[in-house]
Amino acid sequence: MVEEIFQQFKDWIDSRHEYAKAWKERTGGKVCGYFCTYVPEEILYAAGVLPVRILGKHEPIVGTEPYIFAMYCHVCRSALAEGIKGRCNYLDGIVEGQSCLHMRQAFNAWRLHLPTEWAYWIYVPHMVQTPHAVDLLTNELAGFKKAVEEWTGKKITDEELDRGIQILNKNRELMRKVYEYRKLDDPKLTGLEAMEMVLSSQYVDKEEHSKLLETLLEKLPSRQINRGSSIRLMIVGSENDDRVFMKNVEDLDAIFVIDDHCTGTRYFWNSVIPEKDRLRAIAARYVTRPPCPSKDFPDFNRIKNHILPLAQEYKVKGAILVQNKFCDPHGIEIPPLREALKSIGVDTYPLEFDALVPWGQFRTRVEAFLEQLSGMADLF
Amino acid sequence: MSEVKEYPTEPLKVWNEAKALRKKYYEDFLYAHERGGIRWAGGAWSFSSIPAGLGEDVYCITGEPYGATVAFFKEFAAQCHDATEAAGWPRTQCSYMRNYWGSILLDKYILADGTVVDGFPIPDFIWQAHICCSHGKWYQIVKWLDEKKGKKVPMYCVDVSVGYPAEKPLEEYKINYIVRQLDDGIKWMEKVTGREYNDKLLCEAVWNEIRSTRTWAEICALNQAVPAPLDEKTMYSLYVLGTLMKHRPECASFYEKLKAEVEDRVRRGIAATPYERFRVITDTQPPWGFLKIFREMEKYGVVSVGSLYTYGLIGMWEYRPDGTLAPRTMPPKKPQTREEALRMIVEWTIYRPEWAHFYLPEMKTKMMESIVKQWKVNAVLLHYNRGCEGLSLHIAENRLGLLNAGIPVFPFEGNMGDEREFDFPGTLSRLTAFFESMGLKKIKE
Ligand code: SF4
Ligand code: SF4
Repeated sequence: MVEEIFQQFKDWIDSRHEYAKAWKERTGGKVCGYFCTYVPEEILYAAGVLPVRILGKHEPIVGTEPYIFAMYCHVCRSALAEGIKGRCNYLDGIVEGQSCLHMRQAFNAWRLHLPTEWAYWIYVPHMVQTPHAVDLLTNELAGFKKAVEEWTGKKITDEELDRGIQILNKNRELMRKVYEYRKLDDPKLTGLEAMEMVLSSQYVDKEEHSKLLETLLEKLPSRQINRGSSIRLMIVGSENDDRVFMKNVEDLDAIFVIDDHCTGTRYFWNSVIPEKDRLRAIAARYVTRPPCPSKDFPDFNRIKNHILPLAQEYKVKGAILVQNKFCDPHGIEIPPLREALKSIGVDTYPLEFDALVPWGQFRTRVEAFLEQLSGMADLF
Repeated sequence: MSEVKEYPTEPLKVWNEAKALRKKYYEDFLYAHERGGIRWAGGAWSFSSIPAGLGEDVYCITGEPYGATVAFFKEFAAQCHDATEAAGWPRTQCSYMRNYWGSILLDKYILADGTVVDGFPIPDFIWQAHICCSHGKWYQIVKWLDEKKGKKVPMYCVDVSVGYPAEKPLEEYKINYIVRQLDDGIKWMEKVTGREYNDKLLCEAVWNEIRSTRTWAEICALNQAVPAPLDEKTMYSLYVLGTLMKHRPECASFYEKLKAEVEDRVRRGIAATPYERFRVITDTQPPWGFLKIFREMEKYGVVSVGSLYTYGLIGMWEYRPDGTLAPRTMPPKKPQTREEALRMIVEWTIYRPEWAHFYLPEMKTKMMESIVKQWKVNAVLLHYNRGCEGLSLHIAENRLGLLNAGIPVFPFEGNMGDEREFDFPGTLSRLTAFFESMGLKKIKE
């Protein structure tokens, strides 16, 4: 049964376009694509719109060169490629919550060249550490809510906002509970399974997803995967949905027990704390969430308040740092991040990722890293 | 050769003054402490008029021009790249930033004339503005590196990424967002420097900045004349003062003097290059180590009359009701209070042309189309600049937009600050083939 649940997460990812089309047919509602996890899905749920994340596939990127210069990361180019290939024609609208410059190009190219009924940009503050960030975002969310109302032709009431908040909060809370089982000496799920759980929640109706999570939580306590002797790893980086890489590493007798990704903890780690002004409450959640490095300065809050505590709580031995080629925000943080993890006894290994990764080369390097972590390297 | 018209040329009279100002600027920063002054570091787009309220002995070094200076001296640049890569940073990142960090890692400081001195001067504080993903993070690392040297450098960053007033003015709450950050920033500066803030100096600096940036646009507008009184390569040595010290009285006065001289050149028909017969513009920073490409272009009678970058990085512009691009109208009077000064500088700065494309590629295309039309330009050279994610943003969209408008475009790939990514002979041969396809033949060797 547990296996079936994880299989369902996987199937949802693999058939995400079919899922969204079927959802539309079933509900008659609108589907809105979003690029980054700074889009307040609460407001879309409140409006009865299904938000689905736009991510590309791990295949050669074709068709984007006329619109995005190839020195921008594969995440933004492959997201656009997904649209160019016509796989997302069912989308009624697109929205982006300002994150990095790279994604901005995917949004703008989509807006300019792909048929879309509605496109909206939210100026999420770039620097969430300023005390004025919540004010700015509250105002932006008011504009966004109004635009959604005009688009859907329906007013969003406070009750509906509460419902949107509740749907998101519940899904977050359940995923956090599942993550608790990764803390165990013998974790109850692999890193790949955790990734598929989070990723699928970005593609499907969260109420449906949460139902499955509830069943999963009932079954997990009795599950055994017998990975207690595997080397405990953390994976850190930007957007990462390279499931093949995750599987390949975990086949080497290592297990990812925790992550810092926007397809992982950064997506769901904190909830909206309800307050009377719903939009302000939502804004506060996005400003105080574990930040994407593109928004995290002058202090390294992500490293200090999120990555280091996670590494300790989940008892990680080593961390693989995913550097998506050309990604500036994450690349800039590599040396301070390595130093910080080192200071708590966690060794790190950075790898440069593209849409497709050279597993042959990576394998040798990951094996060497695992040997180093297991103390084997000292024997020779 | 005989049918090609030759225009009179002459060197700029203010040339040496520009050089001296730049030299002094780098030295002032270096020796600030010896003279009892304060120094701060930040980007060329930081609100430099705000720290001016701390006193007249406050000096800064802005990161991008510094990165460009490093790039110009290729040997030193190579050492900086090696140092940053050895420290673990990917080589795909902003090359100015890598040049700057490399210089800190090597603990060497380069002066405008290429003299390298030991000891990178640590700033007293960092004052930055953030619109490109690398702005705030660049100085976050500077702070981190300085801390390793035993000095905790306080840092303040102003987030300005709230959009561009393309068709309608920016919403009040967005203006307030920036103004409030500046206001807090003043209190923060008082705290970290222990100095009392002087609003009168702030008002002066804001006004100087507005004067400098307006006058620079007026100078660029004079280049609509045929023959062009200035070429892009010369403009690089002049606009840089605006990137370094747009808020200083000497910058504003220098630009006013320069404007008078350029007006005189236009009156007398003095050209930047003798054989002007085909006018081009570029879009963004050039590969700094290879400015000789402009001399190669001259051999074909091609002159680059500027770029969106040289006009719009520092110059402030507006669209007039008739749709023409013109230097921005100055506010009616100097600000008198802190509140007025902060609001004035924010409302002025958000129109910076080089900020438009961060949000709307259509705006950059429109500005380039206007320049092509008004400056009588024949083709646009687009630098697919691997060294700057900020200014290469949406460049592919700009290429499409210009082509759709029927404007010949020459795209070339390079890197403003890392010569390993610029193929000079390859680019030159493609460029000359482009000129030949435009019907141009070499006038001279
Ligand atoms: S954060 Fe990095 S990897 Fe993610 S979209 Fe931006 S540049 Fe790409
Ligand atoms: S990438 Fe470009 S815009 Fe961004 S900081 Fe570097 S030089 Fe500036």
